[in-house]
Amino acid sequence: MDELLKILANNALESRETIARMLNLSVEEVEARIREYEKAGIIRGYQAILNEDRLELDKVTAVIEVKVTPQREGGFDRIAERISRFPEVRSAYLMSGAYDLLLFVEGRNLREVAAFVSEKLAPLEGVLSTATHFMLKTYKRLGVLMHPETPDERLAVSP
Amino acid sequence: MNGSLSLRDRVARQVRDIPRSGIRDFFDIVSTMRDVISLSIGEPDFDTPWHVREYTVFALERGATHYTSNLGYLELRKALSRYVARQFGAEYNPETEILVTVGVSEALDLALRALINPGDEVLYHEPCYVSYRALVQFAHGVPVAVETRAEDGFRLTRSMLESRVTPRTKVLLLNFPNNPTGAVMDRRDLEEIADFVRRHDLLVITDEIYAELTYDAPHVSLVSLPGMRERTIFLHGFSKAWAMTGFRLGYACAPAELTEAMMKIHQYTMLCASSLSQKAALEALTRPEVDVREMVDEYRRRRNFVASALRDLGLPCPEPRGAFYAFPDIRRFGLSSQEFALRFLQEEKVAAVPGTAFGRCGEGFLRCAYATGMEQLKEAMNRLGRFVARLEKAGTSRAT
Repeated sequence: MDELLKILANNALESRETIARMLNLSVEEVEARIREYEKAGIIRGYQAILNEDRLELDKVTAVIEVKVTPQREGGFDRIAERISRFPEVRSAYLMSGAYDLLLFVEGRNLREVAAFVSEKLAPLEGVLSTATHFMLKTYKRLGVLMHPETPDERLAVSP
Repeated sequence: MNGSLSLRDRVARQVRDIPRSGIRDFFDIVSTMRDVISLSIGEPDFDTPWHVREYTVFALERGATHYTSNLGYLELRKALSRYVARQFGAEYNPETEILVTVGVSEALDLALRALINPGDEVLYHEPCYVSYRALVQFAHGVPVAVETRAEDGFRLTRSMLESRVTPRTKVLLLNFPNNPTGAVMDRRDLEEIADFVRRHDLLVITDEIYAELTYDAPHVSLVSLPGMRERTIFLHGFSKAWAMTGFRLGYACAPAELTEAMMKIHQYTMLCASSLSQKAALEALTRPEVDVREMVDEYRRRRNFVASALRDLGLPCPEPRGAFYAFPDIRRFGLSSQEFALRFLQEEKVAAVPGTAFGRCGEGFLRCAYATGMEQLKEAMNRLGRFVARLEKAGTSRAT
């Protein structure tokens, strides 16, 4: 992967000046390349990684396994895109193995998610079955530990 | 205590007469201060790879808590033999030519004590790691420093060595990539040195602990050059490339007669390296490419950042090509390294080690380790900019 993308994937707020120094480029070159990635749809957006367990939100997240029938001339994509457009669906993946789609669905409470499954998702044409699991606690998200390790224990000066 | 001698006078002469490491003095000052950004840490800020830590716990549970063979677990020596052949280009017999030690520090001590008779001279290059001179003296040898220069990118040249070699010279001690300068030697540089070594029939100790951390070209080891393996003790370890400093695990590779000699000292003083650390090292060797590559990429970006920031501040700095140190030139401010480092610490709360801790010719330089996170590096460079601007202003007002 391009080093520029690695840096941004690690910290999207890194200043253009710092990135330029790290990559031996000019600030203008860095900005131009970021714009190109954005235009090409390779960079899809920038978000903060939140430790939601600490926010006491009115929110539950369910992981839902979905079995579907692939459609003629659309395969899995058509049904998957249709499901992905529901705002309740935060992430959606096509999987190998015992089921076809894996969804991460958010709602304010169990009832709301259950309603989404029974009223929106399950009745869709092509959806054969669903299995819903609720998430209890987040330990790590997007490569970031939610309960960080002990602080730097190195001596302040060493040879 | 009776008697007229003070305890200090009873300490062995070659110990008493050796000054404390300059780094320790500096540490004592830094440790009294709070909220200091440290560019003084000679160890990686990365964590030891998780699979290594996890495997160490497993090894502990399984009971790897006993003495090992003096040379170290044979399984580890076999893995080291393969790694050294692949990475450094020299074959060593795991049964007789590899010794696992408590860090490269012990390995270097063993190597010097195994080779040196009282009065033998050891050529080494400065600026260098703080222990070299003292270890030669503990071994009753005579340390002979060869001073490398910023103008040459702190590389060692044959002519520098020729001017200091004598009939009593027995050993040449090398360390590239270099702590504290970040200098590396390419093949042609090393061929010159190898020529010199053959001509004067010397032995070599080469400390290549930073070998994996090179940023512009792959590391070339002295032992891969013709005729060098037979007369060289090669030292390497796990502290830098795997961020395993606290495990204290290193190793020496050398022809069987020399390994046997080092082993004699090791078996009576240390017996063996920690069994758990040896297990951890074995696990580390299962996928070195994965563990080390990401770290090197990250260090390279920091190197670029720090080198470019120093250049813009008017602190010329030979491009650091290996290890994780930049060694900028601060001579234009007319302060000694010690004064500069102390004032920088007191006024801006950033700790960088005075170049003189690494030898007299480090005067006028500062060691800045970039084995620390980007946020801290950025803040440290901001503060350095502020400090330098103040010095410049004071300089101009004094001049007018």
